[in-house]
Amino acid sequence: MADQHHDTPMLDELENGPWPSFISGFKRLRDKHEDKRISGMANDLLGQLEHSYETRKGYWKGGTVSVFGYGSGIIPRFSEVGDSFPESREFHTLRVQPPAGNYYTTDMLRQLGDSWEKWGSGLVTFHGQTGNIMFIGTSTENTQHFFDEINEYGWDLGGAGPCVRTGMSCVGAARCEMSALDEMKIHRVLLNNFTDDVHRPALPYKFKFKVSGCGNDCMNSIERSDFAIIGTWRDDMKVDQEEVKKFVARKGREYVIDNVVTRCPTKALSLKDDDTMEVDNRNCVRCMHCMNVMVKALSPGDDKGATILIGGKRTLKIGDLMGTVVVPFMKLETEEDYEKLTEMAEETIDFWAENGLEHERCGEMVERIGLVNFLEGVGIDVDPNMVNDPRQSSYVRMDGWDEEAEKWFQRKAEEKTAAAS
Amino acid sequence: MAQDHRPPIESGCPDGFQYMHPVMRKNYGAWDYHEHPRPGVLLHVAKNGDQIWTVRAGTQRILDVFTLRTLCDIGDKYADGYVRFTIRSNIEYMVADEAKVQPMIDALEAEGFVVGGTKNSVAMISHTQGWLHCDIPGTDASGVVKAMMDELIDEFKENNMPNRVHITTSCCQINCGGQGDIAINVQHTKPPKINHDLVSNVCERPSVVARCPVAAIRPAQVNGKPSLEVDEKKCICCGACFPPCPPMQINDAEHTKLAVWVGGNHSNARGKPTFQKLVAAGIPNNPPRWPEATAIVKRILRAYKEDANDWERINDWVERVGWPRFFELTGLPFTKFHIDNWRGARRSLNSSTHIRF
Repeated sequence: MADQHHDTPMLDELENGPWPSFISGFKRLRDKHEDKRISGMANDLLGQLEHSYETRKGYWKGGTVSVFGYGSGIIPRFSEVGDSFPESREFHTLRVQPPAGNYYTTDMLRQLGDSWEKWGSGLVTFHGQTGNIMFIGTSTENTQHFFDEINEYGWDLGGAGPCVRTGMSCVGAARCEMSALDEMKIHRVLLNNFTDDVHRPALPYKFKFKVSGCGNDCMNSIERSDFAIIGTWRDDMKVDQEEVKKFVARKGREYVIDNVVTRCPTKALSLKDDDTMEVDNRNCVRCMHCMNVMVKALSPGDDKGATILIGGKRTLKIGDLMGTVVVPFMKLETEEDYEKLTEMAEETIDFWAENGLEHERCGEMVERIGLVNFLEGVGIDVDPNMVNDPRQSSYVRMDGWDEEAEKWFQRKAEEKTAAAS
Repeated sequence: MAQDHRPPIESGCPDGFQYMHPVMRKNYGAWDYHEHPRPGVLLHVAKNGDQIWTVRAGTQRILDVFTLRTLCDIGDKYADGYVRFTIRSNIEYMVADEAKVQPMIDALEAEGFVVGGTKNSVAMISHTQGWLHCDIPGTDASGVVKAMMDELIDEFKENNMPNRVHITTSCCQINCGGQGDIAINVQHTKPPKINHDLVSNVCERPSVVARCPVAAIRPAQVNGKPSLEVDEKKCICCGACFPPCPPMQINDAEHTKLAVWVGGNHSNARGKPTFQKLVAAGIPNNPPRWPEATAIVKRILRAYKEDANDWERINDWVERVGWPRFFELTGLPFTKFHIDNWRGARRSLNSSTHIRF
């Protein structure tokens, strides 16, 4: 049966057209690869996929597959039509944590490719939506062999299931002038603090960290992570007025007014009559738009740090949620700063692990118990930056008002003393 | 006879510096500005004047080992051997020498890869696994993306859009593809078909009951077996019950359709992040090319390209021109289904006299 190629007329259609064809890639494995295990697997994989295209149904089911010592990191896939497509009957994916920032040398990619060719289908994706390298398609037995091999030269599994998941961080400081953080360091400090929680799922559901170096949020962290760390700055943005004038000379005042000044969400920019840019820094919300447009003329300030938002997630079960601000600003420079960040992450995960229901994401828990209960649970003071506006509903019991107001005044007094010293 | 198991080395997230281009390593945290010399190419200049050129290329994303080696061959022959992958699975080659850029572009294009995806282009479509590998898919992922990118390839290669366009696809209503300027997601339209004989063998019934967002599922005896039943008046056909209980089959060759959403924007630039909104539904799930869905995406892109101002993402554009204009320009129907009734929906209703004519 393996000598016969499955007919794949619908998939064949996807070999036409200018975009690179994944079907052509599968056929290369089927037709050109010398290893019968790989060519047979590719043939049956194509056969099952064609079957799905014909019937409009999927035929994979999950199960329990893991490597020794871990309960996570493998996406098990058993074919429901394995009798017809036996060589891809077991087709599990290994999720492997990429280096922070997704860097590879061609040497290392080749080495990974060689290892995978020995044990798996030869299909790999850099990267899945969760941020992992996806080695797609191997048998239950070979899952362990492949892992053992790449684990020896520095690779480890990512998260799958109710655990801390693989993190993501943007290119950031490695290439981007907007970066206000050491994104790679934050990513690794956090993830590697939670290695146990990555590999042995014991949480209510998944938990994701994502790091973006600026408000452009290229890692989509506000909407896609439970714990978003986004770079920002406290002091004035840097304005190179000579570059501003050059930009105006090149593009015209009208362009700058229509595309920069009027787009500022807080009306913090003004193009003066002498073609210089005036910035109302107190009202700048570090949205990044003006800097995206006037790249050389405007840049982030120097007193850099992070804003932290908690609770982002996708649709199931109460709908898509965005993370909300829990820390408006924290420095991330000293080892002490990083310890504070890690502790905060631990408090958050511990509180959620204790109080979250089964299959309840952190954001859903916050939605259920209210932000104030969450803040009290993890020991964070309320801050007006956490809300778009104060409550609109009077239906709340406020006989503890005096006590709460006193807490605020106390904090402000302490902040003032600390700033003065 | 138990074999000695090799304990794992729990190395976690590897360090990226060891694989990073030396110019990037040297100038970590010390970059000054960037330029876009041409579509698909980035130039970053460090404060000390060092330059790093990046060539970005779209691939089929799911790489066979031959393709992977071809990409490496290009990296060795034409680049400096250092690459990375973007969040949308494009490959990026970094080089210090501008002279290497054009030969690299030529080599990539000769092998069928597509140089582009930067700045105000239609970026590579973010997607998941679909029928190829997922256990709950209502449709395919790579196939849809291939079909659409075939038709959008020119916009990937050029910088002609008002701002970048992030398209995503998801093969069920969990929306793993994420929020996007345009999202093409499965939308089931009928309640699950339950195989009552299998439910008690396969499903942890309390979990399934708890999983339903509208509490439409309850335990029941059916055909003398413990099973589950669905209150079809409440059921919103979301498919959430299917993952914990595959005998509750939500996927249907005819009734599982596609829907298109627009206006998701993760960025804080110009405005706070937004979620995507429903604009079209009832679209046939038609492999291998999904022409109906592709046609709608192209219609939306045409309206956006013609009508939006520079730097407006789709959500910025619609906010300025209003949703009635969106439906007018795209010719898509506005129905009772567009009016939200989920939690917090009241905020989406128009409590003003702000009406355009």
